[in-house]
Amino acid sequence: MNKASGPSGGTGISPVQLAVLRGRLEQIADEMDATLFRSAFNPIIAEAHDASHGLYDAETGETLVQGKEGLPIFVGVMAFAVRYVIDLTRDDPPKDGDVYIFNDPYEGGTHLSDFKLVRPLFRNGKVFCYLASVGHWHDVAGNVPGNYNPAATESFQEGVHIPPVKLFGAGVRQDDILSILRTNSRLPLSVYGDLNAQVSALDLGHGRLNALLDEYGDDTISAVFAELRARAHLQMQAHISALPDGDVAATDYLDNDGIKDEALPIAVDVHVDGERMVLDFSRSAAQCAGPVNISRSTAIAACYVALKHLFPDVPANAGVLDPVEIIIPDQSLLSATAPKPVGGYTETILRIIDVIFTAIGKLDPSRALANAYGTINALSLAGHRDDGSRWVMFSFFGGGHGGHSDGDGLSHGNAPISMATIPPLEILESAYPVAFRRWSLRPDSGGAGQHRGGLGAVYEVEVLANGADGFFFGERGRHAPQPVGAGKPAALNRFSYRADKQDDTAPETPPMTSKQVGIKLQRGGSVRLETPGGGGYGDPLLRAPAAVAADVRLGYVSTEVARTMYGVALGADGAVDDAGTAALRADMRPETSGQE
Amino acid sequence: MTSANARFVIGIDVGGTFTDLFFLDRTTGTVTTGKLPSTVADQSIGLVDGISRELDDFSDIATIVHGTTVGTNALLERKGTRTGLITTAGFEDVLEMRRRDRPHTWGLRGGYEPVIPRNLRIGVGGRVLANGSIETPLDEAAVSDAARRLLDAGCEGLCISFINSYANPEQERRAAELVREFWPNDHITVAADILPEIREFERLSTATLNAYLQPRMAHYLNQLAARTHDRGGDSDILIVQSNGGVMSIDAASAQPVRTALSGPAAGVIAASHIGQSAGFENVITCDMGGTSFDVSVIADGKTALAAQTSIDFGMVVRTPMIEITTIGAGGGSIAWIDGAGLLQIGPQSAGSDPGPVCYGLGNDQPTVTDANLLLGRINADRPIGGKLDRLDVEAASAAIKTVIAEPLGIDVMDAAEAVIQVANARMAGAIRIVSIERGHDPAKFAAMPFGGGGALHIGALIREVGLNTGLVPRYPGVTSALGCVIADMRHDTVRTVNMPLASVDEAQLGSWIDDLYAASSARIASGSETFDNLEEAIEADMLYAGQTHTVQVRLGGRADLTRTRLAAAFAGAYRTQIGAPLEGIPVRLVNLRLAVIARRDKLDLSVMAPVDGCSTAAARTGTRQIYADAQWQTAGIYDRLALGVGERVTGPALLEQADTTIFVDPGLFGEVDAFGNLRIERAD
Repeated sequence: MNKASGPSGGTGISPVQLAVLRGRLEQIADEMDATLFRSAFNPIIAEAHDASHGLYDAETGETLVQGKEGLPIFVGVMAFAVRYVIDLTRDDPPKDGDVYIFNDPYEGGTHLSDFKLVRPLFRNGKVFCYLASVGHWHDVAGNVPGNYNPAATESFQEGVHIPPVKLFGAGVRQDDILSILRTNSRLPLSVYGDLNAQVSALDLGHGRLNALLDEYGDDTISAVFAELRARAHLQMQAHISALPDGDVAATDYLDNDGIKDEALPIAVDVHVDGERMVLDFSRSAAQCAGPVNISRSTAIAACYVALKHLFPDVPANAGVLDPVEIIIPDQSLLSATAPKPVGGYTETILRIIDVIFTAIGKLDPSRALANAYGTINALSLAGHRDDGSRWVMFSFFGGGHGGHSDGDGLSHGNAPISMATIPPLEILESAYPVAFRRWSLRPDSGGAGQHRGGLGAVYEVEVLANGADGFFFGERGRHAPQPVGAGKPAALNRFSYRADKQDDTAPETPPMTSKQVGIKLQRGGSVRLETPGGGGYGDPLLRAPAAVAADVRLGYVSTEVARTMYGVALGADGAVDDAGTAALRADMRPETSGQE
Repeated sequence: MTSANARFVIGIDVGGTFTDLFFLDRTTGTVTTGKLPSTVADQSIGLVDGISRELDDFSDIATIVHGTTVGTNALLERKGTRTGLITTAGFEDVLEMRRRDRPHTWGLRGGYEPVIPRNLRIGVGGRVLANGSIETPLDEAAVSDAARRLLDAGCEGLCISFINSYANPEQERRAAELVREFWPNDHITVAADILPEIREFERLSTATLNAYLQPRMAHYLNQLAARTHDRGGDSDILIVQSNGGVMSIDAASAQPVRTALSGPAAGVIAASHIGQSAGFENVITCDMGGTSFDVSVIADGKTALAAQTSIDFGMVVRTPMIEITTIGAGGGSIAWIDGAGLLQIGPQSAGSDPGPVCYGLGNDQPTVTDANLLLGRINADRPIGGKLDRLDVEAASAAIKTVIAEPLGIDVMDAAEAVIQVANARMAGAIRIVSIERGHDPAKFAAMPFGGGGALHIGALIREVGLNTGLVPRYPGVTSALGCVIADMRHDTVRTVNMPLASVDEAQLGSWIDDLYAASSARIASGSETFDNLEEAIEADMLYAGQTHTVQVRLGGRADLTRTRLAAAFAGAYRTQIGAPLEGIPVRLVNLRLAVIARRDKLDLSVMAPVDGCSTAAARTGTRQIYADAQWQTAGIYDRLALGVGERVTGPALLEQADTTIFVDPGLFGEVDAFGNLRIERAD
């Protein structure tokens, strides 16, 4: 395949053809996404869209084109997965009709729940490019149903490991492989259904891309791939050039690794020089005992996600990272190797995104996004129904987005790494023996600011069956989502539970704040989750008093916080007390600072 | 009601810019069209004016069928009424929390403001479980108290929506009963009555938007009835729903959320009828407006319905709607070069005000219309719509030169053609989504443009997607009004069953269908027209246990509604929509859906054929230089409406008429059929 020699591309493709074919290629990836979402069995794919599809370079595995609806973090990570297959098959090259399947989290990225299917597309007897599908399966064995095991010290406790093996050999399904996969899950039907759906998506993409190649010719499409990459590179350079040159740093923390109750720093030193950017994570923690390690490929993919959020108009391909140097030392929390546990990778990559947002916010507030809620809050409840059948309810929960240069943050959004929607509580109640008692916004959880952080949520769910085991994996229990400038951090994450239906005792909280395995719940026992909002943007004293009064009227902000954080006094009718507000704000402003 | 034998059936589509009318004189079989500017503040004023331009005596009107944007606009502009919500305590924020989504994949910007603010959402005690059992009785005192507080807070509309009410609506209905004792109007929406289907946010959102629209829509429809009555009319007035069927004024006042896509739906209904008359069972409609391009597919004579749509971020309406796929590429869409040097069209649009650069109203960013003008496809001296005398070609050229040609290093004419090609490619993408992606072979489809802009692009689209034919109706600008005249009465209902197919009781299944039928036929009977033959269409939403997305299974009528037949129909539908059916996994029946349809008389479209049509040569009014395929060419100009049946025009050619211009690309030809349509096909 043609490769871009530099940003100019020089492929001779016309601007019109480029615009037209970019749309056609993206449509193929989007259609693969849609096929999987429609037919997947488990709600994590079908409802939460925890999956992704794309086209990848035949030699390097780099991302050529990616679907728009899939999980953003996979955009970067799948390139490493395809690369792994390419490296492993150097001596035994793939054949037409082969499909490789694996879930290795070190070379392929993310965690064991994510099964990657990689299929070469042949043209004239040679691999033209790869198509790949990744999806988060419902259960892949291990110690904890749903696989978020905060007590894991080796990845063997997190789930089954499958190295790249052929699920299809020259178009023929290998049923012994299928049998191994089904056997290694608590939910074999779900695994079977999801796997079929991923195969269908690859089939569809294969057919569509072949038709497009027939229509336009292989050389033209190769040239389009090269040109798109070159242009993403160019555009990224233009964005970096627009940032002020200089060095900024940001440090944030994970609460703990679930094994040892000790904060783990995630730190970035950002160096911007002209059209180059360096992201240096050397000051971050070393790899740890518990499951918040991530592999290097996952860390790089997280940087990609952060930069795409800051510069959303850059085309989604490998060119985004061309002008960016990422430094991660070996043995780091961000470059873990087998068999270090990696099940909680979501928490660590969310923190990488947070520190990049915080650092860029220091460099150029006009670009800035305050931190979003920063934890996936994986909750698993599992047990047996009164008829003896097994149930596993597993879900992720939402929180607030950060205030930003254009306005307040969104309340109850999805995590920056994901486009996942939350399953309707009525679907959960109809499928599992549970009843939700609360599903609401959490007042005062958004960080104060000129632009307020969005609100997190309160969820409370009660067990209706005869007992259940609870597993919880979250973060931000001790280190709050960070603001931009003089804004304030958001509220902390808070998880609590009652083992049985006793309303007079105080609820219990996990000793490690945000992670716990094997919580024993009786019938009537319940868990409660209060999630963080987003960080605030800019000085809360600059927020219009009328906007603060409206926040109080709507119950987003309490009267007390209006007074202590925003310096806004309200009358008995809820209207702004102008004189009182002026006095409060005068007291709160440091002598030296005037208007921003 | 005595007007059923009166002469006229009038279809009226009121859009944001124009009110279009289509008069069918049933005694002579003739048709007349009308067009006038919409009266935005009260659409009924323009509507009545439009009628009186043609008719003095409103008692000659048998039926008025109305496609309205009152609902759509009120939602988009958030101009519904002040509405309160009474819901299950602990779940007051479900409306604002949505399904935990965000507006854009990348960027983390953008917020959401629900139509009912947080202080007007009040929780009350009472809880139904997923199996329909009542765990906690309704706190009736709290319901009354909440309603009084909402009244005190100035609410006019009210929505009552409880968790799991799809499984048991008893508490919702009881709450409504309590509130009706003192609520000063009829504007109370009970969620389970609007949508008794599982998924709390979607049900609540649909019900809330209904409540939010209800006072405004009821007021508007009352005004409309009063205005026609004042003119001596006592005709039946029917309103087009998003599903392409029509309903009575009473039904529309009670369920205004069903009108969210009223106007576009009428256009699709017309396209289906025009296509079938002309021999095309398979049609893709293309509606190009100022800011968007809307496509919809009609396969085997059936319009595609979507179960749910979002009017805007977080504004979910879940009632069956004609499935319309929209992309941001209209005549006013702005062409620009992005940071990577790629030519892009939209989604930013200059709309109709200030509009394209050539309007001279202050916009300096080039649009699709500017490119069409520069390429000679639009007559600068004859702008469509009549708002302007002349279009400014020089300004359009300068804008394309600065913004597109110079950055790309190409000639200005090539830049204009590139803008059109990229716009065409985006429109072709939308057509591919509804055709190829749904398993339809484009070669079997005709593309039908309606609205003002589509006919300029239709030739390029049939070439690009490999469609069989372009079919331009005789009056593309009034297609939606025509659709109003022929749309059938229709009412859709749903019931969530949510149990394994194996444990569904067949007798129970029959009685559920009976209940749905009774509800729907009562709605249809609420109009003054009576219908002898009601048709029914039963559908089931089914899936394999464990899946969450259902497959739509068409079951036809109620004969032989057995588990065996449901299972077979599901397997067939799964194969078509997803892939090979799966072995050994139990099947679940999630929802039952019933549509009851009362057929209205169909217009014989041969009345649309030109009566004294002339030859191609006689219809030719001149020539114009156009730029196509990177060269200047001479195109014939024709008076479209003058062309007789069977006359043929060879591309490149431009056919002009008051409400649109048709471009027949080089290599294509157009021919007038027996219904006055222009068929465009490849010359080879």
